[in-house]
Amino acid sequence: MKNKYSIFSLIKNAFSYHENWEKAWKDPEPKKEYDAIIVGGGGHGLATAYYLAKKHNMKNIAVVEKGWIGGGNTGRNTTIIRSNYLWDASAGLYDHALKIWEGLSQELNYNVMFSQRGVMNLAHNLQDVRDLKRRTHANRLNGIDAVYLNTEEVKKFCPIINTSQDIRYPVLGGTLQRRAGTARHDAVAWGYARGADEMGVDIIQNCEVKGIKRNGDAVEGIETTKGFIKTKKIGVVAAGHSSVIANMAGLKLPLESKPLQALVSEPVKPIIDTVVMSNAVHAYVSQSDKGELVIGAGTDDYVSYSQKGSHDIVEGTLNAILELYPIFSRMRMLRQWGGIVDICPDASPIISKTSIKGLYFNCGWGTGGFKATPGSGDLFAHTIANDEPHKLNAAFNINRFVSGDLVDEHGAAAVAH
Amino acid sequence: MFLINCPFCGEREQSEFKAGGEAHIVRPKQPTELSDDEWAEYLFMRKNIKGIQFERWNHVHGCRKWFNMVRDTSNDQIKAVYKMGEKPPVK
Repeated sequence: MKNKYSIFSLIKNAFSYHENWEKAWKDPEPKKEYDAIIVGGGGHGLATAYYLAKKHNMKNIAVVEKGWIGGGNTGRNTTIIRSNYLWDASAGLYDHALKIWEGLSQELNYNVMFSQRGVMNLAHNLQDVRDLKRRTHANRLNGIDAVYLNTEEVKKFCPIINTSQDIRYPVLGGTLQRRAGTARHDAVAWGYARGADEMGVDIIQNCEVKGIKRNGDAVEGIETTKGFIKTKKIGVVAAGHSSVIANMAGLKLPLESKPLQALVSEPVKPIIDTVVMSNAVHAYVSQSDKGELVIGAGTDDYVSYSQKGSHDIVEGTLNAILELYPIFSRMRMLRQWGGIVDICPDASPIISKTSIKGLYFNCGWGTGGFKATPGSGDLFAHTIANDEPHKLNAAFNINRFVSGDLVDEHGAAAVAH
Repeated sequence: MFLINCPFCGEREQSEFKAGGEAHIVRPKQPTELSDDEWAEYLFMRKNIKGIQFERWNHVHGCRKWFNMVRDTSNDQIKAVYKMGEKPPVK
């Protein structure tokens, strides 16, 4: 049993200058065989392992990660959490995750700094207004909190927004989901890792998958940089590299991997206490607890695994930010980075079995996977443990690209993909 | 950000171009005879290669012509550029 984190453990450890904290997770060498192996030690993968152990009593499992846990897109996203999606299937999926977020810090005994500061989505033209009103109604029918705000109400909720009607893309209104917000992205990975480790899950870092061994139409194990590991069930949660792993098993996925960029400013005093997203001009901004503005830019339109993006994407986003928030005109940007996101043709994820027995994929989250981390892990664990999808992820099967039953959130979700 | 040598205009900034995805996907000759699996393969399934990839690009803010490119997607280095209908110059 791990030591519980509490005010008392904090005080106790203060006396030893915080030098004797127990390691949050072990650093084991891989065993010869596991009941299941999760490929990818980001938030989704670690959450999958956590729920496999906790809800499905699968303790002899491992998470293999080619770098360090949470070092990929988990540590690169802009940490926005919301569930105001248009279609029923998406609403069910993302609100399932949001409900878990609400109790996650207590469940994990790890402060994931979940902050329900609200997410506002702006409308800049008549079509936006109609789409956002329609989405608000759809959300409320699905039991998801959503309100439509007019321009004055937008200004009242976030006073630094320029609501002048003379700018190129004036703010005509917006929607607000008050239960939405942000969380500390690293803490989510660390919290799930600590929780999974405590239940006996092996978290193996610096272990890259090099091949998937098949026996006919079933999997037998994985070849890694730390040798062969035998298993009957492989859950791949490799984000931008999903296609690379799929190719090892002789599968093709409907994915394209593209760089998505984000940037943060120098830290300043609290100025924006919510998350504001704009689909039409593609700019979204929030402020981290350190005081940095966290700004999300768009994806490049070409396939790339380089974790870099084009400068003009950042330039376009900052133009939009400056028009909407003239107060930021002299802010300096501290860091910019890219992550590789795997985008499905319908901009919805795949949480699914495949044609190969024992091989499961959780991918295609595109530009918006972070918000779904707990729900994604929970539903993927269910799918792996039972070899059947949960009813909440049944629509997100890989076969929808054959049947044509797509979950077409492209442009219908709250932000451009 | 990188420079692209348009086969018609010469070297220009990548921001002048639009990527058109994987190249050499052949449109089915008999669309009415395709199964659902074959349609899915044609419409949606992509190689999405990490490494040398063959792809189509359009010089949207220039000559507006389509052409093909061979690019290493792991580091964005362009290996070759060739016109539509031409055979890929490198393997």
